[in-house]
Amino acid sequence: MTFSPKLEERFAKLVERYPEGRKRAALIPMLMYAQDEVGWISEELKVEVAQRLGISVMEVTEVVGYYSMLRKKPMGKTHVSICTNISCLLHDGDKLWEQACKKLGIGHNETTPDGKISLEEVECDGACSWAPSVRLNYDYVHNVTPAQLDQIIDDLRKG
Amino acid sequence: MPTPPPLLAPQPHPAETLVLTKNMRLPNSASIETYLSQGGYQEFLKATKMSQDDIINEVKTSNLRGRGGAGFPTGMKWSFVPRQSPKPKYIVVNGDESEPGTCKDRVLIQYDPHQLIEGILIAGLSVGAHRGWIYIRGEYRYAIDMMDKAINDAYAKGWLGKNIQGTGFDFELSTHSGAGAYECGEESALLESLEGKRGNPRIRPPFPAVAGAFQCPTILNNVETFFAVPSIIRMGGQAWADLGIPKAGGTKLTCLTGHINKPGVYELKLGFPVRKMLEDIGGGIRGGRKMKAFIPGGSSCPVLTGEEAWEVNMDYDSMVKVGSMLGSGGVVVMDDQTDMVNVALRVMRFYQHESCGWCIPCREGTLWLKKLLTRLDEGVGTGKDIDLVGNLAENMMGRTFCPLGDAAAMPTISIVKKFRHEFEAKIKKSVFSLAGAEPLVNLAH
Amino acid sequence: MADLVKFTVNGREMQAPAGTLLIEACKKQGISIPAFCYYENLSLQAACRMCLVEVEKMPKLQTGCTLPVAEGMVVQTESPKVVDSRKMMLEFLLTNHPLDCPVCDKGGECELQDMVFRYGAGESRFTEIKHHVDEKQWSPVVFYDAPRCILCYRCVRICDEGLGINALGVTNRGAYSEITPNAGDHLDCLECGACIDICPVGALTSGTYRYQTRPWEMEHVGTVCTFCSDGCKTTLGVRGDEIIRGNNRDRSGINGEFLCIKGRYGFDFTQAPERLSTPLIRKQGQLVEAGWAEALALVARRFSEVKAAAGTFGVIGSNHTTNEENFYLNKFARTGLGTENVDHHRTGDVATLLDALSGKENALATADDLLNSKAVLVIGADLTQQHPLLAYNIRTAWRLHGAHVYAVTPGPVNEDAFAIKSVRTDDHGDDMLAAVRAMADALTAEKELIIVFGDAMQGQRLRDLVGFAETLRIPVKFVALVDYSNSRGAYDMGLVPGPNGLTLEQMLTSETLGALWIVGSNPVRKGGQLAGPKTFVVVQDMFLTETAELADVVLPTASAYEKSGTVTSGTGQVQRLKRASQFMGAKADLDIFATIARGMGLNLGAANPEKIFDEIRASVHGYNVPMPVIVTGGAPQTMPVNGRVPTPAGTVRSSRETLYTSGSLGSHSKLLNSVLEAPGALYKGRA
Repeated sequence: MTFSPKLEERFAKLVERYPEGRKRAALIPMLMYAQDEVGWISEELKVEVAQRLGISVMEVTEVVGYYSMLRKKPMGKTHVSICTNISCLLHDGDKLWEQACKKLGIGHNETTPDGKISLEEVECDGACSWAPSVRLNYDYVHNVTPAQLDQIIDDLRKG
Repeated sequence: MPTPPPLLAPQPHPAETLVLTKNMRLPNSASIETYLSQGGYQEFLKATKMSQDDIINEVKTSNLRGRGGAGFPTGMKWSFVPRQSPKPKYIVVNGDESEPGTCKDRVLIQYDPHQLIEGILIAGLSVGAHRGWIYIRGEYRYAIDMMDKAINDAYAKGWLGKNIQGTGFDFELSTHSGAGAYECGEESALLESLEGKRGNPRIRPPFPAVAGAFQCPTILNNVETFFAVPSIIRMGGQAWADLGIPKAGGTKLTCLTGHINKPGVYELKLGFPVRKMLEDIGGGIRGGRKMKAFIPGGSSCPVLTGEEAWEVNMDYDSMVKVGSMLGSGGVVVMDDQTDMVNVALRVMRFYQHESCGWCIPCREGTLWLKKLLTRLDEGVGTGKDIDLVGNLAENMMGRTFCPLGDAAAMPTISIVKKFRHEFEAKIKKSVFSLAGAEPLVNLAH
Repeated sequence: MADLVKFTVNGREMQAPAGTLLIEACKKQGISIPAFCYYENLSLQAACRMCLVEVEKMPKLQTGCTLPVAEGMVVQTESPKVVDSRKMMLEFLLTNHPLDCPVCDKGGECELQDMVFRYGAGESRFTEIKHHVDEKQWSPVVFYDAPRCILCYRCVRICDEGLGINALGVTNRGAYSEITPNAGDHLDCLECGACIDICPVGALTSGTYRYQTRPWEMEHVGTVCTFCSDGCKTTLGVRGDEIIRGNNRDRSGINGEFLCIKGRYGFDFTQAPERLSTPLIRKQGQLVEAGWAEALALVARRFSEVKAAAGTFGVIGSNHTTNEENFYLNKFARTGLGTENVDHHRTGDVATLLDALSGKENALATADDLLNSKAVLVIGADLTQQHPLLAYNIRTAWRLHGAHVYAVTPGPVNEDAFAIKSVRTDDHGDDMLAAVRAMADALTAEKELIIVFGDAMQGQRLRDLVGFAETLRIPVKFVALVDYSNSRGAYDMGLVPGPNGLTLEQMLTSETLGALWIVGSNPVRKGGQLAGPKTFVVVQDMFLTETAELADVVLPTASAYEKSGTVTSGTGQVQRLKRASQFMGAKADLDIFATIARGMGLNLGAANPEKIFDEIRASVHGYNVPMPVIVTGGAPQTMPVNGRVPTPAGTVRSSRETLYTSGSLGSHSKLLNSVLEAPGALYKGRA
């Protein structure tokens, strides 16, 4: 499996960061960075990473199943994470979530048919003092009003 | 990378005590140039001339307690590291910040990453550690990127790497991304995750200080805890301690969230009164409403009623006295329109989702409670079901492998106890009220 | 030996070495602390929380499985707090565990059932919807039912730590966690079934045993596995005359925890449809069915005729008949038929080893010795495939005691993963011996050594190996690997030619034998020769093998699971068989010998296994083993090394069996044939 030169460079740096004989420690960051490029943790990616780190594919599967951000299936070009945990709940984050689902016609961990947008109802995203919060891939948008959410989605649909 | 949204108001609140956040309003506060121009890395140089015992004693004197939530005395934790062990020592920073209501470590990294690096270096000096990792939750990718840049700049300017500034001290530092797991904020589970495994906690003893990262002696502390260290060296431990109260020194970053007029992250002295915090700094309850419930430090704390909360101070012992805990500093304010049953449900949904599944009581208990609370949120149930919620949560307490079980149980127990009438009201109102169920009026309460 | 500490449990004062886990210390004193995830010799988990106990001065309940005893510790294992906690853990566990007891294979043997029975939680307050996941099949023998799984991780640990295969893992998180197989949706493993037996509940079940019976409907017969020479005890579950399953859940044999696919599942050869149930006599060039009386009378008459005409006999014995049968056959051949032409398919050079070790004491290793060894050298053998128990014991010795393992083999072996020295050589004994010599410095630094070798070490080369071992100046014990369940017994009971006798190969190609008697052996390959046209050939076997097809008379025999007697493992340990079932039409080899002897008017003594064993103990060198040990299921070692034993020359050739093959027994096991795993593929890719 081939990766972009940038990703290969990152991989090369990653495995250097850990003590001798402990390459496995690079597994989770490696999967996260690879996921950005590949889109999800495919079987092919699991095999590739397992081979590079000298572990079994099953050991990669064990890890992938545990962590919420590691995708077991492809998601949209922009993955929209909406927090509904307590501080966002108190600022109607749950209503934002329902609004997004209704507007896009999809649910939790689902993708629009054109592949542009996917939705995820997430646990506390660390934006509690700026609630309600929406994250577009890795970019935070704070203090989101219903009107702003509509605008965000409209913009994503166009892009 | 795109500019992240601002996290701090342009001006601090006058009631804040700016120590950690002192330089965060400067333009380009995150750059190494700004940091150096404000005397950055000088405390590290000072520490290179101190003995290891002296550094640790300074931290002990400061009464700095772990800022992640557990509140364990930091100096004591550092003193547990067996410095004479032939194994390499490591520094691991817990930047997993996933406790609901908590958003402070993000601020520290975004606005002053070099202060974290300096704190790590000083910790490294204290026990002879020459390698460290900053574990940051996967969702905070932008912060990981900013931290990477700060680390690169530090290397470039000779503040990391071999023979730092000719002191003879080496230190290698890098970030390490998480991938979405609250349990990895638990220190032993974090170490498992660092090693590339599932985030299950470890059997303790041995503790991380003795057998931590890669089974080597490790100092593992929260981002904010390391952040405080340069200030402690600069001011001296006693001065830092004096900012706070006995047994709880210094300042704490506090996140005001929920139904407050001015939510935000504020740096407050330990022992700050809740009333002043909510009224002066927070600007009062949103909409001028009454406060029904209050969480002092993240959803894992027992919930206080509004009445209980107004008269207490933000410090470890005061909170314990009223039956809660200071925790992470994630303050959640709930006004009198808040549906407490729904809050209990949402909180339990979180713990169930995040339970690692290792031990029976947490794994099965959180799922049972989630299902039970889902039903009660819709008013489908009986008084016995309300009793069951508290009973199950109490039966989880103290029996789980790690504190996540307790964290799920404590808020639940407190909400059922203090807001039982809301559960009962939902049942009464629900069209699904079970026929033939025990009438609520008969329940002793 | 660590210092003893005094502590109190339930008001009783007791002592244990410092560092002992509380759960173990209590067990030794007869106090049982329940646990699912704690399992002896596997890594600690503290996951099930069943072992939580109350300890004075400690605010929270503590897990007995991780708490070492300390001086002055005061423990309560049955206080109300503890009882409540246990009950609650069970109630939690039963929330998603399905009420499958009436149809679950584990019913009646289930640790969860036992715990609920003992500790309450019979009533559940759970009224929500359970989370269902369909059952999965991961291999011909392994099924996984996730809702039943209590996530104790015993299966994961036994496969990873115990077997070193690591075919099972855990995926997902929280209450949705599941055990996962290593090949995505199926298992790529040894199919040993250890995971199934170690599972405390019915989450992992056996594909061959499923839904057939309930454990209390079976008789559980502990006998010795009839495949390789390791001598594992297998407990056969028998209903009527049908063997339904095999396992070693009582862990009482020399194999302890371990049992491989053959011991667990290979028994189905006893019910193969092609098994012979009537004698066959060649009439007009064709083998036709005949009655026992006719067939045995014919054999007796023809043997008598050959004897009367001063003709020669050839006798080829078996690698899997009992010691008693071998002893009797040997007597029959030598005194009854007056011949020295007695042999068996020799699969390891036991003769040379015993001769080279003549006069030495403590020079032969037992299976237990391997478990406790400090250093082991494996020469020319793939133990995981051919001697799985020995492989398991060596791995366990490394895992638990840090034993040093050296491997000198032509191909990769599982030991490579933990051996301190692993050398690849040509598949030739000289090459291997040279590699061993090159390790002299490392070996001589060991405190003691056990050398386990395959058929590449034979004849003079084996003597050279023994000589080399002497130069190390440390205590050395040996294991001569042989292939089948009683290969040692065949040799020990004397089924080898006298100084003027013919070997097996010579008997097969001789044109002048008057009669050739082949018992439980299939030495002829398809299209091969079987004696001369005038030789009267009698074959005793369970199946119509290539050899039997060429016989004049074929007599159907009972398997080791259908008779009593003793067998001797490759490590020289004697164990009693216990009869588990019977096969209509077949007779035990011993009964056949006796009837033929009677028909010939010979008096060879009582044909009673117990009486014959007494004779063996009295007359066979090294077999004077203590009867109480034998009778109670023990495995005392025979030590026939004192005094010279004749060392006939002859081909020593291992059959190079694999984990899924074992001569004619294995080839008729449907289960073994259905397993498509490539033997050894799991470790071929390793360094």
